[in-house]
Amino acid sequence: MPSAPITFPGMPGTVIVTGISGNLGRALAKELHTETHVVGIDRRPFPEKPRDVDHVQVDLRKNRVEEAFRHRRVDALIHLGIMHDPRMPFSETHSFNVLGTSKILDLCVRHGVRKVVVLSSANVYGPRPENSSFLPEETPLMAADRFSDVRDLIEVDMYAQSFLWRHPEIETVILRPVNIVGPTVRNAPSNYLRLESPLTVLGFDPMLQLIHEEDVARALALALKPGLRGVFNVTGPGEVPLSAVLRELGRHPVPVPHLLVRGLVRRAFEARLTSFPPEEVDHIQYLCIVDGSRFAREAGWSPKYTLRDTIRSVS
Amino acid sequence: MAELSDAVKERLREWTYALGGPGTRARLEKLTPPRNEYGVDPYGFDAEYAVAAIAPLLWLYRKYFRVQLTGIDHVPSEGRVVLVSNHSGQLPFDAAMIEVACLIEKDPPRALRALVERWVPTLPFVSTFMARCGQIVGTPENCRRLLAADEAILVFPEGVRGLNKPFRERYRLRPFGPGFLRLALESSAPIVPVGVVGAEEQAPALFDLKPLARLLAFPAFPITPTILPFPLPSRYHVLFGEPIRLQGSPDEDDQELEQKVAVVQGAVRELLARGLAEREHVFW
Repeated sequence: MPSAPITFPGMPGTVIVTGISGNLGRALAKELHTETHVVGIDRRPFPEKPRDVDHVQVDLRKNRVEEAFRHRRVDALIHLGIMHDPRMPFSETHSFNVLGTSKILDLCVRHGVRKVVVLSSANVYGPRPENSSFLPEETPLMAADRFSDVRDLIEVDMYAQSFLWRHPEIETVILRPVNIVGPTVRNAPSNYLRLESPLTVLGFDPMLQLIHEEDVARALALALKPGLRGVFNVTGPGEVPLSAVLRELGRHPVPVPHLLVRGLVRRAFEARLTSFPPEEVDHIQYLCIVDGSRFAREAGWSPKYTLRDTIRSVS
Repeated sequence: MAELSDAVKERLREWTYALGGPGTRARLEKLTPPRNEYGVDPYGFDAEYAVAAIAPLLWLYRKYFRVQLTGIDHVPSEGRVVLVSNHSGQLPFDAAMIEVACLIEKDPPRALRALVERWVPTLPFVSTFMARCGQIVGTPENCRRLLAADEAILVFPEGVRGLNKPFRERYRLRPFGPGFLRLALESSAPIVPVGVVGAEEQAPALFDLKPLARLLAFPAFPITPTILPFPLPSRYHVLFGEPIRLQGSPDEDDQELEQKVAVVQGAVRELLARGLAEREHVFW
């Protein structure tokens, strides 16, 4: 669905994007490179890079990262360099995510970057049975209470929040988008929705919020707007029951009683039959629905993809 | 229940229309909550599902509990409102009967949002059934949001303390918490008191098997004459009182609020007394 790229008066001239080689990073580069000068940082190569995008291939934790800030005036930074991989040793993802974030934010201070956008996730709240239907940004980040592996995600979010208060001279924006899906996305929700016969929890059918990867790229670009500062949930085109999503995609769900499902998934995960850790079951059992009205109001956000198109984008 | 086939749903809807009597279908079609292309509102309420799902409850309403209704016109047809009722009967059939009354006996019908306990979303089938019928976890944020959207919410301030109280304490109201009143004052919503007579006798609790309740993480495990709290066919009397409009600030001390809570509790108690005086027999 081609549409005009996001642009506004005061668009920063040079924008660093960390984690640019990922699917979301590439979508963001496509969205931004016609409007501003994009400099990517990623330890992975960036194949099929648009010619006007610069790429610095380096690990975020290395001192050489500073090269990206030298010889040019950097106006803004978008930090996507967060890694999720349940198979990776926790110490490695933790160090990459937490140290990488603190390092890159320090460089922003040192080089006088005026705008910093950090990509977090609505998963920091965590699906919980006692959740209200629309969680505002002030909700405590309780996800690690049930799933300790997400604690680096929460730490990154918290670190960015303290950075926001410590540096009033920098416009820091923290975005917490709902479940990101899309044709190239390989995260847990998209992988789950791609299964031909996904497990579901018998008798549970929570509401879900999904957002298309290109809409997330547009939201990130919109967050560069001058004057915008703070923590924002980013919602897609609405809420829909899990069962309706699976029906729309023509899947054949296999319901498993809730007393058995976690044991089953744990066995399968340990036997490497699935990439889903058992704690992810919470997402198909309980609510984690957020209120996205603040970003809509303060940034003028609205998604481009309809609910149906967003759902269908995973197939 | 989540995956009722369309044919089953259609048949259940027909049953609802038949039990509701002439004009029910036309009335229920006036029920048009916001819905997306998947038939639900943002909270998961699905009006079509609800019309089908209430059929068995409507059968209980008409044939089993044979509900005697008083004062349904006190429930406003539109605008925010908090309905406050006593709670009893081990299983929340009283909530179901109040909701069925507002759907079937009102023109246009009013879909109530009952606030459920925080552990209900952990129950299979029940959680889905509740959500599709418009019920919602009773957090203050949910209430505020619903009242701001001019919805009608149904509150049981006694909570499970009322629901699972032993039979010897029937029709004695447990103290009402001040939460509902704060919310009503905050959103300047009127309060409609509701009294339900008959639910106390549907499943008299002889005692509460607390160890088993703890084991199952239930709030209580009452043992009734039918062992499990399956309801007996007691006759229900559901009475709606005149709307109460209270003035004041939601930030008052609990002591200040208690006087206002007492006004509401008194109104519910009065309705109960009226219902008890009215009824000639527990079962008919």
